[in-house]
Amino acid sequence: MIADIILQGVQMSIVLLIAPLLTGVIRKVKARLLRRRGASVIQPYYDLWRLLHKEALMAENASWLYRVVPYAAFAAVWVAAALVPTFAAGLLFNWAADLLAIVALLGTARFALALAGMDVGTGFGGIGSSREMMIASLAEPAMLMIIFTVALLAQTTQLSIIAYYIATTPIGLRVSLGLILVALVIVSLAENARIPVDNPSTHLELTMVHEAMVLEYSGRHLAIIELTASLKLVFYMSLFVCIFAPFGIASPASSMGGNVIGMMAYLGKLMIGGVLLAVGETMVAKMRVFRVAEFLGGALVLGLLATVLLFVSRGM
Amino acid sequence: MNYLLSVMGGAALLFSLGIAACAVRPNREWIRFVYGLSAVISVVLLVGAVLALFSSGVPSKVVLPIGLPWVGSHFRLDALSAFFLIVVNLGSAAAGLYAMGYGIHEMQPRRVLPFFPAFLAAMNLVVIADDAFTFLVFWEVMSLTSWALVMSNHRDPETAKAGFLYFIMAGFGAFMLLFAFGILAGADGGYAFDAIREHDRPLWAGAAILTLALLGAGSKAGLFPLHVWLPLAHPAAPSHVSALLSGVMTKVAVYGFIRIIFDLAGSELVWWWSIPILIVGGITAAIGILYALMQDDLKRLLAYSSVENIGIIFIGLGLAAAFHANRLEAGAAVAMTAALLHVFNHSLFKNLLFLGAGAVLHATGERNLDCLGGLIHKMPVTAFLFLVGSIAISALPPFNGFVSEWLIFQSILVSPELPQAVLTFLVPAIGALLALSAALAATCFVKAFGIAFLGRPRTPQAETAHETDGYSLAAMGILAFLCLVFGVLPTLAVTSMGPVTQELVFAVLPAQGGGPAPLALIPFSSAKSSYDGFTIMAFLLTAGSFTAWFIHRFASRAVRRGPAWDCGTPADSTAGQYTSGGFSQPIRRVFCSVVFRAREEVDMPAPGDVGAARIKIIITDPAWALIFTPVASLLERISNRLNFLQFLTIRRYLSLMFAALITLLIVVVIWR
Repeated sequence: MIADIILQGVQMSIVLLIAPLLTGVIRKVKARLLRRRGASVIQPYYDLWRLLHKEALMAENASWLYRVVPYAAFAAVWVAAALVPTFAAGLLFNWAADLLAIVALLGTARFALALAGMDVGTGFGGIGSSREMMIASLAEPAMLMIIFTVALLAQTTQLSIIAYYIATTPIGLRVSLGLILVALVIVSLAENARIPVDNPSTHLELTMVHEAMVLEYSGRHLAIIELTASLKLVFYMSLFVCIFAPFGIASPASSMGGNVIGMMAYLGKLMIGGVLLAVGETMVAKMRVFRVAEFLGGALVLGLLATVLLFVSRGM
Repeated sequence: MNYLLSVMGGAALLFSLGIAACAVRPNREWIRFVYGLSAVISVVLLVGAVLALFSSGVPSKVVLPIGLPWVGSHFRLDALSAFFLIVVNLGSAAAGLYAMGYGIHEMQPRRVLPFFPAFLAAMNLVVIADDAFTFLVFWEVMSLTSWALVMSNHRDPETAKAGFLYFIMAGFGAFMLLFAFGILAGADGGYAFDAIREHDRPLWAGAAILTLALLGAGSKAGLFPLHVWLPLAHPAAPSHVSALLSGVMTKVAVYGFIRIIFDLAGSELVWWWSIPILIVGGITAAIGILYALMQDDLKRLLAYSSVENIGIIFIGLGLAAAFHANRLEAGAAVAMTAALLHVFNHSLFKNLLFLGAGAVLHATGERNLDCLGGLIHKMPVTAFLFLVGSIAISALPPFNGFVSEWLIFQSILVSPELPQAVLTFLVPAIGALLALSAALAATCFVKAFGIAFLGRPRTPQAETAHETDGYSLAAMGILAFLCLVFGVLPTLAVTSMGPVTQELVFAVLPAQGGGPAPLALIPFSSAKSSYDGFTIMAFLLTAGSFTAWFIHRFASRAVRRGPAWDCGTPADSTAGQYTSGGFSQPIRRVFCSVVFRAREEVDMPAPGDVGAARIKIIITDPAWALIFTPVASLLERISNRLNFLQFLTIRRYLSLMFAALITLLIVVVIWR
């Protein structure tokens, strides 16, 4: 029991501590690919530290909601990320929320941030909130089809059991898994406001969605929101790892050594994921906001196709 | 037996209260008394219904010697009735308490006061009626009293239009139910529900009953495309009545549907019945929330969102029918529990939101979102409670709306067990529609809350708004608290629904509270899926407050106020903020150009011209364009053609009657 609690605590801290590093690695790789030197990979930690110690500058008419939302959104994303098995499959609190509930927690965070975008009453906040919600309402059905396919394969929506099942059962090369891999890539690019859906590093007025929504934030509030964004990226990376590449993950019964191996494997996989994301982002251009609908519609169709294929292959 | 009698007694009290309200000239105290007494009676009935649900005995029955000869008036209280009595009376109690503050601002209280208690009484009696005649009588009393309440502001031409449409649709729905009961009872005419349950019907009757029940109960509940009256009529009434219409009366319609399909015709339930229910539910959910997103009127937005939620409930019922017909007990129990839980949850948050809209309407005189803004500063408590309702209705954890939608998804995930290929392909598609409507609902309520309560005031009315009175806040506060309680302790509601699902689909959820998590909701088994709202809530609170404490303690807590940044171009005018139409523009472009044939006409003055630029949004309502307008014009053409019948001589009329009589007799002879 004590060991379980420690394991869960390590899990909660590791996702939080690793999040800025992942962002730093992605920025570094992107910079190198663009023939720039780029900032150090630990620059995001310095940024957070600096922002945390600055005073928060708020608009005169900002309400209490504006001050609460960063913490609420951060808490929701943190809890979601803490419930995804990263290095060990048998998390103590895995029963608290299954995959559907975990994804819904991210929805709560998004809802809060979208409201905060409208709190000050500026044009940019409104445009950001409105577009963020549009993208989310397209991504959500696609995400559900992905969950549906995974649940059909593993016969459960509990992530710990899914990870353990895929890690231990020889399910072979499934076409459905391939399809939802592509779908999940699309959905997570949209959810994390990455290129080609949105650009996290731009502050050009008309090309930003997520950044426009949080434009008014400064100081410690901004620091938390940036950390939330990094954490969300870690969440989606962990989800990929957990569903598509759970090898090396420690089983519920494994010893200390198993956990250490699991940790090493997880960190390695995370970094590979970061590099792949950076390469992908460098290769494509951002699309117009109304092309996003077709892009995410593609994910939905892939998800539906994956489900249908599972039925057909089961019939044979 | 005692509970049933007390419900009947309470209803009689409410009726007499209504009659008394006709006679007495209302002043402040009297209005307060009528609403207060209605609320007290509702609370008593609520307590009785809760006790009745938990004291699982044989259903109690009473037969009164009034009504149709040889039929009488049958009343019966079983688990299903008790559950819906809870929904009805909880909503009524909150609305009554709210009206003790809100109702005294009514311009013409005598247009509302007599009908309000009578409306409550009729809803109570529909739910316990045990024969077709009593059911339909009180169904019609419910329709008429609610119609009178909708018409309370009768001088507004919009209201007149809404009332007319409601009248037609209510009449249509009651006719459909009349036919449905006719087929259910058969030619022998055993109209007591007991006789109907035992009656053997021919094979074609099932399809007819399903269609008629969908049309009859669906027109009251607001299923697409029969929802057209609902977004006009619900907002036209005073806000506490709107809350009852949307939050409670639609649920009585759902009750009627469940009673007919799962109980009266339950023995004949076959798997394909679920197909129309699922398709209608899915379309209603998705299109209802798209409609809601297109609205600028806060109350109309809420009414359309009720259409969406009715769609979600029918998805749950369709799934329950599919599983039940295939004898898949576990799935049927989960789907039925989900549908009933959503009935309960929706009655909580929709009441809350309508009451909040009423508070806004009273404080500002405005329902148009584009005339509001910044109310979170002027009405902080209302804003907070409305926010709770918005999160709950958007199906986000840790509030209650999430639990019921999560349960529906859980039952969708076991749909591969269904043996029929049609269903295994249909159900995932319905699931995608459900996810789409949940996400769109979140967008819709970001818009509703964000435009009305956040930002800067767009008009002087919004600038000078004030917080609403204590009664209203108490009513909303109770509902918001219940939204949280049933979100973090979902097993509380789910376990008490055991008797109801047992009665309808002969199955219950597995016993909750075992295993490692005493408060987790486990629909099938803990290896398959579980959700623990309490732990999630505790985690969220701990993580959020720990972070806030940590940062304030070790980093910085300094705050400086200044003008908004807005990328360096802040505008003094509040018109630069996003409007309701602007917020939903991306959704309109993505979805509604197909569904509603939405177009934008931009009228841009030529360079140098100082005239105003205009943008006009044209939306075609498919229900009107494809169904109601053609039907109406067809009716008009027929009646024009038949107009000459008004100008015949008496001899011709008599011969027409004679001919009709002969024809009918011939039909009877041939039929036999």
